[in-house]
Amino acid sequence: MRMRRTGAAAPLRGTRKSGPTPKNGAARKPARPVDRRTISVTVNGVVHTAEVEVRKTLADFIREDTGLTGTHLGCEHGVCGACTILLNGQAVRSCLLFAVQAEGAEITTVESLGSPEHLHPLQDAFRDHHGLQCGFCTPGILMSALAFLNETPDPTDEQIREVLSGNLCRCTGYQGIVDAIRDAARRLRERA
Amino acid sequence: MKPAPFAYAAPDTLDAALALVRRYGQDGKVLAGGQSLVPLLNMRLARPAVLIDLNRVAALDYIKNGREIQFGAMTRQRVAELSPLVRAKLPLLAEALHYVGHPQIRNRGTVGGSIAHADPSAELPAVLAALEGAVVLQSARGTRTLRPEAFFLSYLTTAIGEDELLVEVRLPAHDDMGTAFLEVARRHGDFALAGVAVVIEMNGGRARRVRMVFTGVGPVPVRVEEAEAAVTDTPLTERSFAEAGRIVAARLEPESDIHATAAYRKQVAGVLTERALQVAVQRAKGGPR
Repeated sequence: MRMRRTGAAAPLRGTRKSGPTPKNGAARKPARPVDRRTISVTVNGVVHTAEVEVRKTLADFIREDTGLTGTHLGCEHGVCGACTILLNGQAVRSCLLFAVQAEGAEITTVESLGSPEHLHPLQDAFRDHHGLQCGFCTPGILMSALAFLNETPDPTDEQIREVLSGNLCRCTGYQGIVDAIRDAARRLRERA
Repeated sequence: MKPAPFAYAAPDTLDAALALVRRYGQDGKVLAGGQSLVPLLNMRLARPAVLIDLNRVAALDYIKNGREIQFGAMTRQRVAELSPLVRAKLPLLAEALHYVGHPQIRNRGTVGGSIAHADPSAELPAVLAALEGAVVLQSARGTRTLRPEAFFLSYLTTAIGEDELLVEVRLPAHDDMGTAFLEVARRHGDFALAGVAVVIEMNGGRARRVRMVFTGVGPVPVRVEEAEAAVTDTPLTERSFAEAGRIVAARLEPESDIHATAAYRKQVAGVLTERALQVAVQRAKGGPR
């Protein structure tokens, strides 16, 4: 599989200079002290305050510390897009951010969209167009699509496909997703 | 937890950041947009003792207009891509940014971070080299400005010293030139198997000056001067474009890996050369951008 835009594939080809060099071969360094911080992050309008290890990803913070497990983790290195959330309104990978970096930020997750009784127009469109099957990738795709349609209310199919290139789906073959986003754009325009 | 433990520092001024970089030297690692570094941390391929996060250094986030356009190192790629100034004055950069990952990646990824990371398949290093731009490195000792050929040393390796930060990227305005960026990747957003940045300065109907820089085909951005010469001060015809493509395919020495063979990369680079020259010349003559 081709790693996407994460640099993860490249270092295997060349020299890597990151990380401290071990002083003598295989000798392990003594365990490092744990660095913890207390952070406050607004998630879907609710302020969550927690003490976290600085190495905890924002994705893990969202799932474990706020209990919002709609944000899914697939690859955990920025390829699959399942963990896409909005950070101050912009679609980003929550597995490539640390929770400490979100101190003071506004996070929006898939839970903010609709309820089972009142689906968001995007969710309605996904249901109507078979835009999902197993549903694992769906939260990330919905959040990517939400940010995209905010910026691009009347997209071309090419633009939809381009933004979808940042999210992997192994069930649908994408056509249903493209149809769903196109139709959701129409519904959102009519609602506006 | 995905990454190995590290200590974390998030300075909010450049001076504080420089002091931290100097203090931790090799044990420290600078975090910009994190779209390459965090995967390396998550897979524990990188295990820095200290992470120095520049995301709160507001002084490194700017785009300034001048004879050269200056980018603070922490300028998000998406901000650069959507900047009216970039679209008007730096069409090659605007075109290349479109190939960098996905919008979700460019929302975090930075102009300086991509160049400092120096991935051999990345787009921005090729743009920097094709435009003969510059990078500004700063340390407690002072600043120095380096040209791309002095900056990119090898795979993921640059001239940034242990106590230095890349603070600014400078690209000359080139809206009066014909430019094109093309690449071939397995899927949109993947790293390029091969890519090319072309810059043409016209004089009458001929190219007075041509620069062609390739990505994905060597440890650093690769220039093929012989191919540039083949389209300089000669009639710009399909035949001369094809000749330049043949020279590129013959001269490049890419490596094979799991994504593509060396032979395929050479062939792709040659074809991209022809196509990019056609587009750049058309644009130089006032055709559609």
